Amino acid sequence: MYTTELGKQPNVKPIGPAEDPALLEAFEARVAADEFIEPKDWMPEAYRRTLVRQISQHAHSEIVGMLPEGNWITRAPSLRRKQILLAKVQDEAGHGLYLYCAAETLGTSREEMIEALHSGKAKYSTIFNYPTLTWADIAAIGWLVDGAAIMNQVPLQRTSYGPYARAMVRVCKEESFHQRQGYEAMTELANGTAAQKRMAQDAFNRWWWPSLMMFGPPDENSPNTAQSMRWRIKRDTNDELRQKFVDITVPQAEYLGLTVPDSALKWNDDKGGYDFGEVDWDEFYAVVRGEGPVARERMTARREAWEQGAWVREAAAAHEAKRRKRAAA
Amino acid sequence: MPSLPPIRPEDEAVAEKVRLHGAFDAPAELPHDPARTEYLLRLGDDALILGQRLSEWCGHAPSVEVDLSLANLSLDLIGQATLFLGEAGDADQLAFKRDVLDFRNCWLVEQPNGDFARTMVRHLLFSTWQHLLYQRLSASTDPAIAGIAAKGAKEIAYHRELAAEWVVRLGDGTEESRARTLDGLGWCWRFVPELFEVDEQLADAIARGIAADPREIEPEWRSSIGAVLGEATLEVPADTRPILGGRRGHHSEHLGHLLAIMQYLPRTYPDANW
Amino acid sequence: MSDWPLWEVFVRAKGGLAHRHVGSVHAPDAELALRHARDTYTRRQEGVSLWVVASAAIIASDPDQSGELFEPAADKVYRHPTFYDIPDVVKHI
Ligand SMILES: [Fe+2]
Ligand SMILES: [Fe+2]
Repeated sequence: MYTTELGKQPNVKPIGPAEDPALLEAFEARVAADEFIEPKDWMPEAYRRTLVRQISQHAHSEIVGMLPEGNWITRAPSLRRKQILLAKVQDEAGHGLYLYCAAETLGTSREEMIEALHSGKAKYSTIFNYPTLTWADIAAIGWLVDGAAIMNQVPLQRTSYGPYARAMVRVCKEESFHQRQGYEAMTELANGTAAQKRMAQDAFNRWWWPSLMMFGPPDENSPNTAQSMRWRIKRDTNDELRQKFVDITVPQAEYLGLTVPDSALKWNDDKGGYDFGEVDWDEFYAVVRGEGPVARERMTARREAWEQGAWVREAAAAHEAKRRKRAAA
Repeated sequence: MPSLPPIRPEDEAVAEKVRLHGAFDAPAELPHDPARTEYLLRLGDDALILGQRLSEWCGHAPSVEVDLSLANLSLDLIGQATLFLGEAGDADQLAFKRDVLDFRNCWLVEQPNGDFARTMVRHLLFSTWQHLLYQRLSASTDPAIAGIAAKGAKEIAYHRELAAEWVVRLGDGTEESRARTLDGLGWCWRFVPELFEVDEQLADAIARGIAADPREIEPEWRSSIGAVLGEATLEVPADTRPILGGRRGHHSEHLGHLLAIMQYLPRTYPDANW
Repeated sequence: MSDWPLWEVFVRAKGGLAHRHVGSVHAPDAELALRHARDTYTRRQEGVSLWVVASAAIIASDPDQSGELFEPAADKVYRHPTFYDIPDVVKHI
């Protein structure tokens, strides 16, 4: 997930002795009572750090996530698809922007966050390190990746940190067309020519497992889940969401006549859901380490955009400084 | 073979309509009003090609905010192109199945983005022209053109202002931004005369009140651009020998590459729907 | 150099409503802040009017003082119409 904990170790240090237990208790009580925490409110350092990491990782995922789909804007096959895709990728830029702003209320500047991304210190969702080979990848991303993302984002609208929750309300409102446009494009391909059907199945095969990985490692390997759930910065466990995603998506694939690339997939009457095969977690952790097939391309593109834009940002700031000086004179 | 049903005339009419025009087919038979169609193609192709160019920025702009701005500009233009080309025929067929010689856009819009300064200078020069033109076109004797232009004029008014804001900041920013803006201006200025060119086709459309006469907006265009460049502390470049031809299908080398990318899917899979 | 300063964005959704805080943008100056706000927050007809305010210019109350600032209002029940008993037979009051 865009917000999935990507480390294997508990990375929240125990709360230091410097923190007043009374304040801490009051804070925990407010969170437990479903109250929202606002920027200037007292909060434990660990909460602040966890949030900055989670929100900025979410923001980075939105921004890096523009690249795989952006790869097809100039090649979208009709004027309608071009407009849809451009509007969709633009939305993701907006999401990144809302989220950077939400994280900034915690006292970290956007520039610091971007530097952390570019230096490799900050992570982003593993899913965006896979290439978009054909037009069907665009359909698959909208359907599967946005579909998986929205499952995690809808509950975050009630997350405990006010600015994050409000950003998520806006994000979710905009997300509503993303998955639908992907599924619609996939429908066209699945009902199309032999070449289009081939593209559709091939893209589905390649995006299925990485989509399941988006929900993060299995719960037993997710050391910070309990604390994050108590703090309401995470609302469901990784495995719960993954199961929900499989149960919802398999019938959608069947409707399109696509085959789920998992020989272990089987309906389980007792649990009222599908049993499915083991995700390749070695692959997942390799991608987390930065070994995804196009991880280098993604980071290079982001760094170049930022570095080549530096003179523009400087020029505008310099112009404003001149103007103020002239006005003062 | 008497067992086969006869081909009905209405089927023939349908078959005629869905005919695909490949790169090397003879150009599509223009409908009854060639001057009008020609003019729609000029308007539509300008918007389409510039919209396509701007969309190349998506994900690569100097800041997230600028990324959002550029995508808005591109979406407005592709929307206008869809409407103009839709009046000329099947918009997707026209966008994706014509080759260079059948495109009617001007040279300015097909120029590569270059850096952000060139993109903004190009946008200032073009959207100022487009805005003045659309304002006149909203009084076109052709109701469809008048309607699209009236709607488009509001969109382009914003483009024009945004581009001006940026050119002023870049021209009067740092040494580097100033040099880059001058460079962009030098690159684009060669293509200004084409904006005001009136050839026989256009003269015909102007005479019938379908088209607006670009020569009438030239003084206002020049004074508006002069004012923006003045604020940007830049001089208006000297006019050079006109580079013409786009309106008759004779383009720069860049358009072919743009089309190769843009049209790749519909051309590779001519029988597919998307 | 550091990133552009932050601006808070307020949108009036339609005539008759107050401007409401919707988020923020980075911009080098006020004019571009307004344009960035427009290009970010009104893409789906969310508004008819925009305000931007430099974030640094906002003076906020201190949450540590929320007790002294806001709690004293809690027991002033007589400021609310429901505090008063009026017989049911009396109308229009
Ligand atoms: Fe998003
Ligand atoms: Fe999305």
